[in-house]
Amino acid sequence: MLCHTTSALLAVLAILAVAFPIAAQDEITIALGADVTSADPHYHNLSPNNNLAAHIFDRLVHQDERQGLIPGLALSWRTIDDTTWEFHLRQGVRFHDGNPFDAQDIVATLKRAPNVPNSPSSFGLYTKAIKEVIVVDPYTVRLKTATPHALLPNDLSSIYVISRKAESASTADFNTGKATIGTGPFKLAEFVLKEKIVLTRNDNYWGPKPEWRRVTFKLITNDSARVAALLAGDVQMIENVSTPDIERLKANKDFALFSAVSNRVIYLHLDSNRDQPPFVTDKAGKPLAKNPLKDVRVRRAMSKAINRPAIVERIMSGAAIPAGQLLPEGFFGVSPNLKADAFDPAGARKLLAEAGYPDGFRVTLHSPNDRYVNDEQIAQAVAQMLTQAGIDTRVEAMPSAPFFTRATKLEFSLMLVGWGSGTGETSSPLRSLLATFDKDKGTGAANRGRYSNPKMDALVEQALVTVDDQKRAKLLAEASEVAMNDVGIIPLHYQVSFWGARKGLTYLPRADEYTLAHLVQKSKGN
Amino acid sequence: MTVFLIRRLLQSVAVLFVMSLIVFAGVYAIGNPVDILISPEADQGERERAIRALGLDLPLHQQYLVFLRKAVTGNLGESFVFSEPALGLILKRMPATLELALAAMVLAVVVGIPLGMWTGLYPGAPSSRTIMVGSILGFSLPTFWVGLMLIMVFAVMLGWLPSTGRGQTGTVLGVTSSIFTVDGLRHLVLPAFNLALFRIALIIRLTRAGVRETLLQDFVKYARAKGLRERRVIFVHVLKNILIPVLTVLGLELGGVIAFAVVTETIFAWPGMGKLLVDSFNHLDRPVIVAYLLLMVCMFIAINFLVDALYSVLDPRVRIVTRGT
Amino acid sequence: MRVSGEIAIAPAVVAAEGESPFRRLVADFCESRLAVVGLVLFAAVAAVAILAPLVSPQNPYDLRQLNLLEGKQPPGSPSMAGFRFWLGSDDQGRDILSGIFYGLRISLGVGILSALIAFGIGILAGLTAAYFGGLLDSLIMRVVDIQLSFPAILIALILLAVLGQGVDKIIVALVTVQWAYYARTVRSSALVERHKEYVEAAHCLALSRGRILFRHLLPNCLPPVIVVVTVQVAHAIALEATLSFLGIGLPITSPSLGLLIANGFRYLLSGTYWISFFPGIALLIAIVAINLVGDQLRDVLNPRLQK
Repeated sequence: MLCHTTSALLAVLAILAVAFPIAAQDEITIALGADVTSADPHYHNLSPNNNLAAHIFDRLVHQDERQGLIPGLALSWRTIDDTTWEFHLRQGVRFHDGNPFDAQDIVATLKRAPNVPNSPSSFGLYTKAIKEVIVVDPYTVRLKTATPHALLPNDLSSIYVISRKAESASTADFNTGKATIGTGPFKLAEFVLKEKIVLTRNDNYWGPKPEWRRVTFKLITNDSARVAALLAGDVQMIENVSTPDIERLKANKDFALFSAVSNRVIYLHLDSNRDQPPFVTDKAGKPLAKNPLKDVRVRRAMSKAINRPAIVERIMSGAAIPAGQLLPEGFFGVSPNLKADAFDPAGARKLLAEAGYPDGFRVTLHSPNDRYVNDEQIAQAVAQMLTQAGIDTRVEAMPSAPFFTRATKLEFSLMLVGWGSGTGETSSPLRSLLATFDKDKGTGAANRGRYSNPKMDALVEQALVTVDDQKRAKLLAEASEVAMNDVGIIPLHYQVSFWGARKGLTYLPRADEYTLAHLVQKSKGN
Repeated sequence: MTVFLIRRLLQSVAVLFVMSLIVFAGVYAIGNPVDILISPEADQGERERAIRALGLDLPLHQQYLVFLRKAVTGNLGESFVFSEPALGLILKRMPATLELALAAMVLAVVVGIPLGMWTGLYPGAPSSRTIMVGSILGFSLPTFWVGLMLIMVFAVMLGWLPSTGRGQTGTVLGVTSSIFTVDGLRHLVLPAFNLALFRIALIIRLTRAGVRETLLQDFVKYARAKGLRERRVIFVHVLKNILIPVLTVLGLELGGVIAFAVVTETIFAWPGMGKLLVDSFNHLDRPVIVAYLLLMVCMFIAINFLVDALYSVLDPRVRIVTRGT
Repeated sequence: MRVSGEIAIAPAVVAAEGESPFRRLVADFCESRLAVVGLVLFAAVAAVAILAPLVSPQNPYDLRQLNLLEGKQPPGSPSMAGFRFWLGSDDQGRDILSGIFYGLRISLGVGILSALIAFGIGILAGLTAAYFGGLLDSLIMRVVDIQLSFPAILIALILLAVLGQGVDKIIVALVTVQWAYYARTVRSSALVERHKEYVEAAHCLALSRGRILFRHLLPNCLPPVIVVVTVQVAHAIALEATLSFLGIGLPITSPSLGLLIANGFRYLLSGTYWISFFPGIALLIAIVAINLVGDQLRDVLNPRLQK
């Protein structure tokens, strides 16, 4: 009986060992690295959700691969006065159900976007500046803001336009596909939560026709599993190639890698406000007379003690660029005068001695362990370097859930955090991370070190109402310089995103880390 | 019998109640899901709106009462993350986990019992020794390590089997499962084997021990003395006697297999309940966590009850004892 | 954690005339060469774990001794501090061999400590239930039954989600998962022993309850429980490794083997396999050794196998 069982088993295995089916030439399967929580484009302001929405819906204003603003459903826009913007809409656009697009759909969109029930992260963020929506004619819309709001086009580049028929649709209607009618390059064919999403080409798209008749997104959140799927041929392209696998894919001739610096900066946030911050003591464990982190020399010393190129090379396998400010070169509002601090442990020790801490002190670095690329490893490397410069550093890593809860309650003094600037300009981090915490103004919402610099605050406030792009860029650059020269936060590096694909495919990599199937093309000559 | 039933039922309700309390309070204590869910660019006003939207602004005991009120009508709340009913989310993914668990159990029985019997009948043979060492390895190797080794060897290096996900499903007699398609079977092999390995080892050892013990028993000696064929002695008399303890252990293990599928599901991206649970822990999606645990508790209570009932039916010794009390 | 339905419930070792039961046990045990190998392996592993600071070339948790630029060195590479990375280094520049020695400490420590505490609690509960009977027995066994009907990993998940991270919290979770199994085993044993003559005799001699329980009853209940201990230690170690892999185990400041494997996991497919592979082998050796010993103990102590 045993022999029969074994041979039967072997036979079954042999049958199973068939070559896997070859995908049709105009179909593609892409593995995504993070769960999409809904097909409703207004439900949850989450990158994976927005990524999916960009396939099915359009926005008034689109972003190119460097997050520069380009026309979407709006051909052009201008300010009529300080608080009025006028948008000219594209004509001849049709929704997936055949209905024409015009200004009424914009009205419906702006009504629905901030009001989706149970939204864990609402799009009201982007619509609250809008006081009034005026339809001048079917292809012209005017938006009035309460106060001058320079970033209105940026805000609108985050709001996906739905059909007016879907104005009162529920999130469930979008998940089943009933209301998921957009003007985008693809139509939704299937949406299975946490598993896969299937799209089919919209042959009446107003823009360039996508190469793919059918796109399947597979959701594989485990990094190793995602790479394994690419290597095994189960998918033709993946996003977020994890750092250990970058070298491996680079060396493999069957695959190609595409990378772009992203808008995400990884930095250290320090408590420069309180006199007795938690977890800061002398080397024997006793509390200090005053808070060393309040002294700019100590902060500068800490920045000099960190060997950024080593972290980039060893921990990030090259998937990062050392940072000296909040966004990389080429982004809006960046200062050309700010460079990443060079590794200078001797200089660091000198500054510490100058500030009155020749023997250093002790601190605990808190970090999430499941949020940013290699976050825990970066924290350990930073701790190693700070310790060798004289500041005994302990690392405590924890999942994002308790980390952010405790960090928001100001339970930490030194933490490793990341910031992705969705708008692609430095006004975003300056306003949320470094501006003085002010609930009424809505500034400093993520300023967990309670850094406060009135000079910088004034510059940022002015920039936010300066509509002229050139003037605003200059103000933001100046504000960045003020903040970085005062070491408001210690920037470590900017993340570089990697996409991996089978040879024969090309992708134009994006700073906003989106994976857009309509921008995946078969390379010429293959 | 009815007294037994009623007592069991009351206990079950008590356990459910206590469990829901513990988990509810515990997850609340870990942290506020809002901090992970909202856009980092949101300001303080947005944060407070989100807290209100998820019902987290009420004090804990009030939140629990709201939960209880809805639970009695069968509504276990809506996921914070997905805006779908928590129970619905779990039930949608349950078939995948059950499929995986049952496939693993079938593999365990089909592979484990024959191998176990072999080693029990011929304990000195070198093949038996190898199987026993293999069973110790199967027992000791952590599931997650084996899983990745399997992917590395069979999917990446050899390319025989797919590395992740569930294959296509087919429907037979109203039951939808991926065992009805070749593609589905191919995707099922590695995860099912990964999950089954531990149980295969377990069953081999159990069967072996059972066979060795039973062979020494008097009734076997008597059967041989009677002149019965060896084959009949083994397959009819010995096998029947060892099946009962083996199968009861298996039945009790079913719950464990379903729970332990969490690890396998994570590695193979198998779209089951376990993965949903781990992700929900990371997001502090409390409604889903509570709903999952309550569902599991109900299932285990049902399974244990069934096994106990079955045991009393199958094993005459137990029946005699209960009749006497 | 459920292992098997086998429970030996009689004084297990039949001694020959004039030979101590312990001697007999050792002789029977050594009949299996495999088991002896297991015992030797385990002794080696334990020795290395205890003597870790003395035998490790590097203290991997002293940040002053690490150098990021020495990260991911292949096995056999020299280090700048003068020693060799015999098993390679991880991404922070930590020597894998040293990491394994210190990690064994924590893995074994957590496994054995939790097994011993669960052992203690379980024995207390089991003996009490068996000896006093009645309502106390019902109550204790109800709790035991309910707990045993839940898979270990589920209980651990819930507890750790509620308690958070830390070595002490892992031990609490592991103890909670294990004690019920000891309790049930001891109770079954004790129920049988309770009716034997020597207990009656002790009663007649008016010895104190405590004395009867611990000096007379307990030693005779121990043999099956000892087998359970060995297996449970192995399971505790494996469970802790799995929890660390899922991300809810020990914090990075006290990396057990499980955490080392989990941290190096991402590198398995990409060429720097040693970061996860060698700690995996070490874990395997430890668990297999314990299981080999436990296996033979079970065979030796099982009265139904006595010829």
